[in-house]
Amino acid sequence: MAWDVLKAAEIIDAHRHLDGATLPVLRALQEAFGYLPEEATAQVADALNLSRAEVHGVISFYHDFRRAPIGRTSLKLCRAEACQAMGADALASEAAAKLGTTWHGTTTDGRVTLEPVFCLGLCSVAPAALVGDELVARADWPRLAAALDKCGR
Amino acid sequence: MSRTHRIFVPADSAALALGADAVAVAIADEAARRQLSVQIVRTGSRGMHWLEPLVEVETASGRIGYGPVGLADVVSLFEAGWLEGAAHALRIGAPEAHPFMARQTRWTFERCGVVDPLSWEDFVAHGGGQGLAQARALGTEATLAALIESGLRGRGGAGFPAGIKWRTVRETQANIRYVVCNADEGDSGTFADRMLMEGDPLALIEGMAICGFVVGARKGFIYIRSEYPRAIRVLEQALELARTRGLLADCDIELRIGAGSYVCGEETALLESLEGKRGQVRAKPPLPAHAGLFGKPTVVNNVLTLATVPSILVRGAAGYAALGHGRSRGTMPIQLAGNIRHGGLFEAPFGISLAELVDEIGGGTASGRPVRAVQVGGPLGAYFPRALFDTPLDYEAFAARDGLVGHGGIVVFDDTVDMVRQARFAMEFCATESCGKCTPCRVGSVRGMEVVDKIIAGRDVASNLALLEDLCHTLRLGSLCALGGFVPFPVLSAVRHFPQDFQRP
Repeated sequence: MAWDVLKAAEIIDAHRHLDGATLPVLRALQEAFGYLPEEATAQVADALNLSRAEVHGVISFYHDFRRAPIGRTSLKLCRAEACQAMGADALASEAAAKLGTTWHGTTTDGRVTLEPVFCLGLCSVAPAALVGDELVARADWPRLAAALDKCGR
Repeated sequence: MSRTHRIFVPADSAALALGADAVAVAIADEAARRQLSVQIVRTGSRGMHWLEPLVEVETASGRIGYGPVGLADVVSLFEAGWLEGAAHALRIGAPEAHPFMARQTRWTFERCGVVDPLSWEDFVAHGGGQGLAQARALGTEATLAALIESGLRGRGGAGFPAGIKWRTVRETQANIRYVVCNADEGDSGTFADRMLMEGDPLALIEGMAICGFVVGARKGFIYIRSEYPRAIRVLEQALELARTRGLLADCDIELRIGAGSYVCGEETALLESLEGKRGQVRAKPPLPAHAGLFGKPTVVNNVLTLATVPSILVRGAAGYAALGHGRSRGTMPIQLAGNIRHGGLFEAPFGISLAELVDEIGGGTASGRPVRAVQVGGPLGAYFPRALFDTPLDYEAFAARDGLVGHGGIVVFDDTVDMVRQARFAMEFCATESCGKCTPCRVGSVRGMEVVDKIIAGRDVASNLALLEDLCHTLRLGSLCALGGFVPFPVLSAVRHFPQDFQRP
């Protein structure tokens, strides 16, 4: 969704009363708009009485916050040790090849963005993935492809 | 119509990721087709993850488990008469009698997998709320004394005595105090916090209510990682339920969601993040117990620490303290993960050996190949070879062997693992997740990656190994927190115990 100053103001207002509101505000904005464009920094800084540098510092610190939109479905593959022990590296290479993209990259048709994640808490049923909102355990490419299909790839 | 049959289908993330929702729908459909009345109860997981989705039916002789149930099995289960507990290839019998369960001693995970996590009636019927009632009856001093007597130490990894921390917060002069639950379970190989929050969230909430009562806090926060969407949803509902039932009358709790930073699992970085800042580590002192969230005295405890408190108060501190090994008292929810045949959650008194856990209980590797290494305690924990499998699970015993218990996760690797790659990954992870405050961690982790790359390429191996050792020394002594301070554990243990992997042409 394109940045909308009024809608953003509404979202900020709904969260600004919280103690240490910066993260909840940024999370809610990203949830609504899909990412945090440059305009977000100034507007959040202004509303929360922070400097732009402070808000920029927070956005750039956390892996979850994005400065640009991603594909329609996010495919998160776990890269951590328990999944490595069950072939996560090979699965990631296969997924990247099948999708024709790399980490943090989006397929040319804009459908899927491949993202690394460090642990989904599915270490006993590895390797693990999060496809859109769906958790996939004992993941292999056919299961990931099926989950992507369900997301309307 | 005959009686209503109760069927329990886990809604734990591990079960969901293996198709439990679709199985629940298929069961309901098949029951309807057969004109049987069924009530499907969504529970947490028992912790036998290789059997998920592990479906249980309530029979005249108790609950009987069947697993792993796939969509294709549903019709045959009905055909076999599973609602009466009949024989079937997937039948495991009474779940609590299964050898994996029967060997456990559950204090923290008593209710997990048994109850509907969002049913107040289930909670109360299984002892929920009695811990807080007991605390109120005992009073704050006696509750604190019981907690100290139990020997409960912080389950997040640092192992600091919980009672001492609570007492410090209680005795610090202030107008406001806070209780903060660290639910930023980022270590690979660990999922006990997630399971508890999904399977018995009210235990955690009750533990926080007790903590608030003892230390005099009127406000609590649960800081949970964003990578746990299911746990977030369950906790939101559980907090609402607890609020309407009066469990939060004296100390309200707010749920806060992280934003993908591993270092925010470090308590001072977590507090910075809660305050709305970059998750950069603070220097200690001051301790959070003296000046924590917004500068106020704050208890920061892990999910498991807080969730164990009610059962200690109900079942008795002496009973808890009687379990364990050395100075590690009580039980530890151990997580068996990675390349393991019987992965899942195993709660046992401290003192159990790695060999028992990996070989007997875990059943060796999932791949069927020999176990070569285990990493205990997350990405900052040491890699242990089979020669060290006699190490008992005990904070001090692990420390004596240059390892750590951490949050109790054990990741198993088979003989295809390349330990020089694992050492490189430890440095890479540290570089990715460093908060940037301490130069040895911020810069040293990148240099560490480069040095390991040279070793992999076979360039000046001996001198690069010496350099790596020296760099690890700097990281250990020159970092404020465990990220930079402990990353030498996986790196140097890999070098020490698996030298051949670092000496290839």
